[in-house]
This record gives sequence, C-alpha cells and structure tokens, in this order.
Amino acid sequence: MRKTALYGALIFLSALFVAPFVWTLITALKSQSDLVAFPPVMWPETWHWENFAEAWGKQPFNTFLKNSTIVVVLSTIGQLFSSSLVAFGFARFRFWGRDPLFILLLATMMIPWDVKMIPLYMEFNALGWINTLKPLIVPAWFGEAFFIFLLRQYIMTIPMEIDEAARMDGANSWQIYWRIHLPLMAPALVLVGTFHFMNAWNDYLGPLIFLNDQSTYTLPLGLALFKGLHETDVTSIAAVTIILCLPPLVLFFLAQRYIMDSALGSSVKG
Amino acid sequence: MTLADQPLSSLGQSRRRRSIAPFLFISPWILGFVFFTLGPLLFSLTMSFYDWPVVGQRDFVGLNNYTTMLSQDPQFWESLAITAKFAAIFVPFNIGLAFLLAVLLNAKVIGSGFFRTIFYLPSVISGVALVMIWTWIYASNFGLLNYFLGLVGVQGPNWLGDPNWSIYAIIFASLWGLGGTMLILLAGLQSIPKELYEAARVSGVPAWAQVWHITLPMLSPMLLFTTITSIISAFQQLTIALLLTKGGPLGSTYFFAMYIYDNAFKYHDMGYAAAMSWVMFVIVLVLSAIVMRSSSAFVYYEGEVKAQAGGNDA
Repeated sequence: MRKTALYGALIFLSALFVAPFVWTLITALKSQSDLVAFPPVMWPETWHWENFAEAWGKQPFNTFLKNSTIVVVLSTIGQLFSSSLVAFGFARFRFWGRDPLFILLLATMMIPWDVKMIPLYMEFNALGWINTLKPLIVPAWFGEAFFIFLLRQYIMTIPMEIDEAARMDGANSWQIYWRIHLPLMAPALVLVGTFHFMNAWNDYLGPLIFLNDQSTYTLPLGLALFKGLHETDVTSIAAVTIILCLPPLVLFFLAQRYIMDSALGSSVKG
Repeated sequence: MTLADQPLSSLGQSRRRRSIAPFLFISPWILGFVFFTLGPLLFSLTMSFYDWPVVGQRDFVGLNNYTTMLSQDPQFWESLAITAKFAAIFVPFNIGLAFLLAVLLNAKVIGSGFFRTIFYLPSVISGVALVMIWTWIYASNFGLLNYFLGLVGVQGPNWLGDPNWSIYAIIFASLWGLGGTMLILLAGLQSIPKELYEAARVSGVPAWAQVWHITLPMLSPMLLFTTITSIISAFQQLTIALLLTKGGPLGSTYFFAMYIYDNAFKYHDMGYAAAMSWVMFVIVLVLSAIVMRSSSAFVYYEGEVKAQAGGNDA
C-alpha cells in the first residue's frame, strides 16, 4: 500500500517533469493547422519531420552552430587544463599564503555575474574583443573556482606515496602532474568537462553582451533572435529548441554515472 | 581533513625550486583572478562614482549615483521589491520541493536511478530552451497548462499577460530546474548512517520524529548550502525575465537584474548600472551572512565537515 503510493507519486511527478519536453517535441512535428487547433492536438496524425530541416534553413543556424562549437571545444580544453593545473598546485604543495588564497578562491563563487558583466564588457571592449568569440573562450583558460575545488578534493584522495615514488625515480612536479595525476583524475575531469560543456553551450547572457554581429552569434543567442523575428513560427522555434537541448542531454546520459555517483556527494561534504 | 593536515612530499626537491613551483601551478588562477575578477570588481566600483556613458565625457559625481537610486528612482525600489518577492517565494519552494523529491528517491524503490535522471533533465538544458518550452505551456490560446486546467474545470489565467500571474509563471518555470538542488540534498540523505534510523526504530521513535531529530539535523549543512546558492541565483534572475516576459506585463516582472542590464546596455548609463550592481552584491552578501549566522544555532556538522566549512566562513 505504502509502496504503491510512493510509486504513484514518483510516476506522476516524473510525468510532470517530462511533459514539457514531450510537448515541445510534438509541437515541433505538427502541421500549421494542428498547431492552432483547439483543443490542442495531443497526437498529430502525420508527423512532419521535415519541420526540422525547414527550421534550420530559416536563419544562418549553421553559422551559429559553428560558433557554438568553436566556443565549447576551445573553452573546454582550456578549462580542463587550467583547473586541473591549479587544483594540483593547491593539493600537492605547501606554500606561503596557500590557505588564505584557497579561501579567496572559494569566496569568488559568491560574486554575482551582474557585478562583473559591466566592467568585463568595458575590459573586452578596450581589448577589441567585442564581436569576437574570445570573451567566451579566453577566461576559461584561467580556471574556475568550483572546478578547481572539485579537482582538488579528488587529488587529495590520491595517495601521496605515488608522488613520492615518482620523485624517487627522478620525476619533477610537472611530470608528476602531467604523467601521473592527469590520467588518475580522469573521472573527475569527465565531470568537470561535462559541467563546463553545458555551461558554455547553454550560455545566453555572455553571448548577449559580448556579441552584436549576427555572424558571431552562438546557438542560444541565434534561437532567441529567431524567436524575436518570427514569434508565430512556433513549429520552427520548437524544432530548433529540441536541437539546442540535444547535445547537453546526450552528454548528460553518457556522463551520468560520474555526475550522479562520484562527485556530487564529495563536492558538498568537502 | 584540514588543509594544513595534508601530508606533503618533502623528498627529492631542493628548497629553492619548491618555493616557486607551486606558484607556477596556481598562476593561471592568480592571473584570471586579477584580470577577470578583482580588476573588474575594482573597476566597476570606480565606475559607480562616475557619470559614465559608453562614449563621451566621464564625470566624477561622488555618491550621486547611490543617492539618486535610493531617493529619486521609484523603479529601483519597484524592481528590488519584485526580485525580493521572487526570492521569498522561489527559495523556500525550491528547497522544499527538492527535499521532497530527494526523500522520495531515497526510499528503497526499484528504478530510483531512472526517476532521479528524469527530475534532473530540465537542469541540463539552456535557459533559452527553457523559456521557449514554457512559452507554449503558458500560451493562453493553444497552451497546454490552461487546457489541462480547463479539463478539471478551472479557468486558467493568462499567465504571461496578466500582471498578477506573470511572476508566478516565472517561479513555476524556474522550479522546473530544481534538479541540482535535489541532487545535493539526495547525496546528503544518502550519507546519513542507516544505524541512526534503526536505533530510533528500535526505541519506538515515530517516523515524523525521526525526520525532525535525525534527517533534518544531519542534512542541515546541505540545506544551508543550497539555501545560499538559491538566494544568489534568485537575485541574478535575468534570462527568463528577458526572454519570457521582457519585464512585463506592466513591469510586473521587471527584475532588479534586468533593470541593471537595461541601464548598462540599453540606456548606456554604465556608472549608474555599476552602482546598482554593487548594491545587489552587498544585498546578496548580507543575506548570505544572515543565513549563515542564524544557521549556527541549528546546523550540525560532523568533525571533518566542520573543519572545512569553518574555513569557508572566514
């Protein structure tokens, strides 16, 4: 009896959480007449898969996709490299000012984006980076507090004896980081890479502020632009929305094991 | 384990190299901190004392931006009130519903991994996609929500067009993304030793008392953490307001963050916008400090966690 109620609640709530996705997919596949029908058509008689190709051609979505891909690939590489490097520094050395610096690093997570967005705009404007993809890529090469924190926690679980053995064999700190710790960190790097990929791919406010020229737009910005221009073209907007959702969803399913089990528990417990 | 307790290798490296190597390793973050965090913060603080248009003459005006905001700008107070209302409703519901889902998932059920995935899905998509999806759910003519409300005999409001309902539309849409909070609370629930519940059961402690005396105290560090992150994200609410309601109707969702954005990038009044962003920063810091202070009475830390979190407070 109690179990039945529990399952009932879980199934009902899951349906609530999934329904918006399903509804969007159905909307994307409707004909124009199905779209405006009332009561709403829940199950169209013909599925218009060609809506996807048509929608894609209505704006330079290929360009937006290319820009998004450049940003995501280059910034993810930078994030993985820089955050792991810094995390190794904090985890494996004792040096003057280390603990205050690490607390400072954690404190930076509290700073609202709104405070930084105006001066960053001025800074990138002065550098001539507005309307280029650099503001979305370069900062990722300098590490991010949350990722550094996660990776440092992970490194601290790796036995010190491994470092010592390598040092006995003549390895220097760089070699220990690059040859030993980086491979050992792989599960945590998958997690950081996935989170960063999602942030970079999904980002709207950064591109909104730093990019004005349509040829530099990323996919979320391009979709928002499309909605502004063709508010009533609902099936096309729905189709591009589905395409925008797919990469993070697929990546999430692939990396699920690492996100759910390994890191989230340790990230909070410290 | 505290930072200082971490055993460090002392073998095979000269003192001189040791002194510079760590700084080489952390140098990316140091540089990034200077150029993308500290520098911008100081710059925007400076800007807040200026009349600073994007192009043209900059004039030092002292505290003028701050006094204007507080005494002569009704929109500032209006937007602040809207944001405060949003936070006051969103934060408790976000934590409460995430807790409820986490408790359901923590019960021994077949397929809990599957349900956990489902609840987390909305958290992985772009805010832009979220807005598109909810636009059609809320639409008054062909929208899904009002159709279902109609089936049970309720005449649904014009969610996005009625100033009395628009903020709730944004709150519901935001709550769809509670998966991150839920995962943190679930991880917390799973770390509570089962023996505590068994001992309580053996001594005849009723279920509600177990929640009150075991679950909530053991979960309190995660509840504190998620409350603070929820407050910060509530005050930063911008994407949904910009795209779903554009601040309307009748300014009913003209959030504080959106007013800052408009001042900076629509009216090009960078100094005024910078001053307001600092006001937001201070509000967020004060609220977080209040939550942390008041929590010391009821947040329960185990030894190891205490060392870590105590360090973070400083």
